[in-house]
Amino acid sequence: MQARRKGKSYELARPRWYVPLLFLLPAMLVMVAMVAYPLYYEVDISFRSVTLYNLRSGNYPWIGLENYKSMFEDPQFFSTLIRTVVWTVVNVVSHVSLGFMLALILNRKLPGKAIIRVLLILPWAVPQYIAAIAMRNLFNETYGPINLVLKALFGDGATVMWLSNPANAFKAAIITNIWLGVPFMMMTCLGGLQSIPQELYEAADIDGANWWQKVRNVVLPLMKPVLTPAIVLGTIWTFNMVNVIYILTYGSTHEAAQILVSQIYKRAFEFFRYGYAAAMSVVVFILLVSFSSVFIRAQKLED
Amino acid sequence: MAISWKSRLKERFEKNDSWPKIVMIYLFLLLCCFITIYPISFIFTVSLRPGNQLFSTSLKLIPDNATFKNYTDAFTKYPMAKWMLNSMFVSSLTAVFAVIISVNAGYAFSRYRFWGRKFGMTLLLVTQMFPAPMLLLPVYLMLVRFKLTNNYLGLILWYVSTAVPFNIWLMKGYFDTIPRSLEESAFIDGASILRAYWSIILPLAKPAIALCALFAFMGAWSEFIVARILITSKSMLTLPVGLIALQGSFSTEWGIYSAAALVTAIPVTVLFIALSRYLVGGLTLGSVKG
Repeated sequence: MQARRKGKSYELARPRWYVPLLFLLPAMLVMVAMVAYPLYYEVDISFRSVTLYNLRSGNYPWIGLENYKSMFEDPQFFSTLIRTVVWTVVNVVSHVSLGFMLALILNRKLPGKAIIRVLLILPWAVPQYIAAIAMRNLFNETYGPINLVLKALFGDGATVMWLSNPANAFKAAIITNIWLGVPFMMMTCLGGLQSIPQELYEAADIDGANWWQKVRNVVLPLMKPVLTPAIVLGTIWTFNMVNVIYILTYGSTHEAAQILVSQIYKRAFEFFRYGYAAAMSVVVFILLVSFSSVFIRAQKLED
Repeated sequence: MAISWKSRLKERFEKNDSWPKIVMIYLFLLLCCFITIYPISFIFTVSLRPGNQLFSTSLKLIPDNATFKNYTDAFTKYPMAKWMLNSMFVSSLTAVFAVIISVNAGYAFSRYRFWGRKFGMTLLLVTQMFPAPMLLLPVYLMLVRFKLTNNYLGLILWYVSTAVPFNIWLMKGYFDTIPRSLEESAFIDGASILRAYWSIILPLAKPAIALCALFAFMGAWSEFIVARILITSKSMLTLPVGLIALQGSFSTEWGIYSAAALVTAIPVTVLFIALSRYLVGGLTLGSVKG
């Protein structure tokens, strides 16, 4: 009996090598089949000519850097890249600042805040495409409430061609995406705030810190481990957001409201230029990996 | 008397807050709530409008001559029920597979120290960096090759693989909060690894498992970018693809679309809100502790 007990606790301290592997095996199988291999395949086809004509044959001729060359020669690529950066920065900055502010408020003693919190996470709770289509209809030029209100307040001239003008469609998409993304940041920040012990605030109070000093010197440093991954993830998700752009510019052919990812999607599945789209995806992926590693290094948050 | 009533009320707020400040805070929150609710309540308004008033410019919450006809039309004029069944099938299987995979993997990442552990966790984060169309393209070409387009297997596999990385992080974070001593004492009582895992750890992890299942289910329930590429057969369309097609002709079917959208959104929204109290802890714990 004694010996058996010893054997068991030994097993926990140093399990047989295959035990974690067995727990991980299903995850590894799916990730290899659906991520690792497709990734390899993607890089491969970015050097090949894949079009609608040879799609089903499975025989794609090697054309070297041709896809990359035509991409970098396309002036639209760079304007789209700049637009994507604007899209990402505006969205993430708004998500984090608004989310953080709301979390600070909801972290206070406030009767009724449970209900308010539920109402505030609604945009996250509703399926994204439904929310995006709802917003699209708020932006409807003749019947949408936004223009109706603008008209009532500022007269006929104040209405905005939200959806037919690409620059405005882009603005409408940004507003929609800010609306969608704040709840996630709010909940993440709220979780972080709740993990800060009350004594720290009290200590800061005794030292005579004002509100801003408390936020800057107590809350923000302690929130860094929460905020860093949330910002990295938020940036990636925003950079890669196809849904909102796709729905808000649905049915229009103009390219001036597209970001890189939605353009990849269109190039691949509407213009059937698969090889070209693959080359674009590889570039986007490299951009995101470099951003994330630089950002995480800068925050000195390496494990 | 009045003073004690007032001071008792005051106790329910932060101690240094003045009344004007409290009023300002509530006004601000009220404005925010209005912004989050209005777009959704607008769908509701439109869904109640009778056919001849779809393009009304009135801003009333309940329109004149409100009717539920759009709701019945959604099911009689369009194969809504079929789309819902399809989506239910795909989303449930996705949730089941995603839970099995991410709970097990999360447990391994939380409890064991093995070669490549940190690297594996980082790789999972890297998978979030792939633009959806990026992997969709090779997966689509692969499925075309294996003649698996218009087959739910490919779609479910895709959804599982997108749900799993985040859920593994979530589960790992949650398992990290369960003390190891629980399993250790079970081992001393002679329990095997699997037994301790199954009858001690998993019951404790129920909230996180529910959250995992919900995220996976919701992901599949509301996804259309991939579904509209992989599934093109009319009878196999999932709910979002069907709805978006409906919306494509929205000049005439906007009311029906709104009714259908609400019917689709309500179950997942209610579930999400019911589980939202676990979100605060779960999300941050999952993402913070390396």
